[in-house]
Amino acid sequence: MIEVRNISKSFKGVKVIENISVCFEKGITNLIIGQSGSGKTVLMKCLVGLFEVDSGQIFFDERNFSEMSFKKRKVFRKEMGMLFQGSALFDSMNVERNVMFPLTMFTNQNFEEKLERVNFCLNRVNLPNSNKLFPSELSGGMKKRVAIARAIAMNPKYLFCDEPNSGLDPKTAIVIDNLITEITEEYEMTTIINTHDMNSVIKHGDKIAFIYEGKLWWEGNKDEILHTENKEINDFVYANETLKHLRK
Amino acid sequence: MRMFFNIGRYFLLLVQVFSKTEKRSVLYRQILAEIEYLGINSLGIVAIISVFMGAVVAIQTAYNIDSPLVPLYTVGFTTRQSIVLEFSPTIISLILAGIVGSRISSEIGTMRVTEQIDALEVMGINAPGYLILPKIIACVFINPVLIAISMFLGLIGGLLAAVLGNVVTVETYVYGIQSWFVPFEVIYALFKTAVFAFIITSVSGYHGYFTKGGALEVGRSSTKAVVYSSILIILFNLIITKLLL
Repeated sequence: MIEVRNISKSFKGVKVIENISVCFEKGITNLIIGQSGSGKTVLMKCLVGLFEVDSGQIFFDERNFSEMSFKKRKVFRKEMGMLFQGSALFDSMNVERNVMFPLTMFTNQNFEEKLERVNFCLNRVNLPNSNKLFPSELSGGMKKRVAIARAIAMNPKYLFCDEPNSGLDPKTAIVIDNLITEITEEYEMTTIINTHDMNSVIKHGDKIAFIYEGKLWWEGNKDEILHTENKEINDFVYANETLKHLRK
Repeated sequence: MRMFFNIGRYFLLLVQVFSKTEKRSVLYRQILAEIEYLGINSLGIVAIISVFMGAVVAIQTAYNIDSPLVPLYTVGFTTRQSIVLEFSPTIISLILAGIVGSRISSEIGTMRVTEQIDALEVMGINAPGYLILPKIIACVFINPVLIAISMFLGLIGGLLAAVLGNVVTVETYVYGIQSWFVPFEVIYALFKTAVFAFIITSVSGYHGYFTKGGALEVGRSSTKAVVYSSILIILFNLIITKLLL
């Protein structure tokens, strides 16, 4: 479980997120949704420690991340996996070396052991026999799957996904969403997904936090979000003409 | 104010670069890879420039000797002095600042804008140490080797031009090369090459690491890396020369 208590973050005097308190549960898919520029990526970067919060605290299973020393954080980060919007695969490495990278850096396993884990992760994301391909040879969906394989290579407790299905066709987006949900349930991880994709929200939103103008505007789940009377949420959810029509 | 901010941030980055690395075995492998990528791959251009540079210096020296009182072995002597003291260490380092500096800056800058550096940081890896340290060590080690090769090839170029142009005989040229040779001058040249290598890699690494934006900014970072590296090379050339000679 990840608990966020009253965190704020500003850049050059402009508050990007303000006094956000929210709890993300273990073993379910937690979604952070909001319009572009609402502050959801900043919130996620604060959660993983890429940005330091101005005030407030973040607890990972009762462990205060905000007060951890640099050294402790470094060790703690091995429990985190992150899927970036652009996949962030290392261009100079092939798929095998990309997935093997965290194992090489943080374990003393020999090559055969590491390879076994890499193949297991690649099979898990339905990408067997792609070990020797380079990121430039992969499609957008394949890149995301390799990035998921790399994120789960160290068997993390916490998985962060920043817009995992952006830039993907609807079919591949569903495959990626399903994969993240399956992995979350299978490994009992605390997964947080940043998204503004309504398909993901309706299908996988076990817990949803809606961020509006840097504030936590609404909390609920996939059933509640379709029936709320909150204007800002409805403007966001029913921005899509099809959904608007269906609601009417 | 911006200049002081950049200088401060540069030194803070250096502290991170030289702080504890994750795994030594990985570092060693990266150093070897960088020696090949940044050093060996630059050998061709260094060789071509050195040969022609040596040839031009020899021809120009011969052309400027008007007085019959000046011995012809001066061609070899002047070529050696010019190549060893200045042309190889400084000019080749300036050229390497262009080749290697832009390579480093664009590589790290691209990693920054495509979130690869964020990925390293989320994993708990000291990104500056992982990305910049191997490049610094590799270049500080390999650039003096490149410059030593450049000196040798420069002298060969001078020999070829002088002999093929019927300026001096082989014996006279070689006698000039050997005259009043001070080994410390080679040490001085290689020392300043190592300093220049540090400047090229760290300054380029700095500009790449703090790239913000997209492809356009990666290009701008590369340009800045080359410009600032070149200015610092010229500045430190003066300082080192003043201190050591």
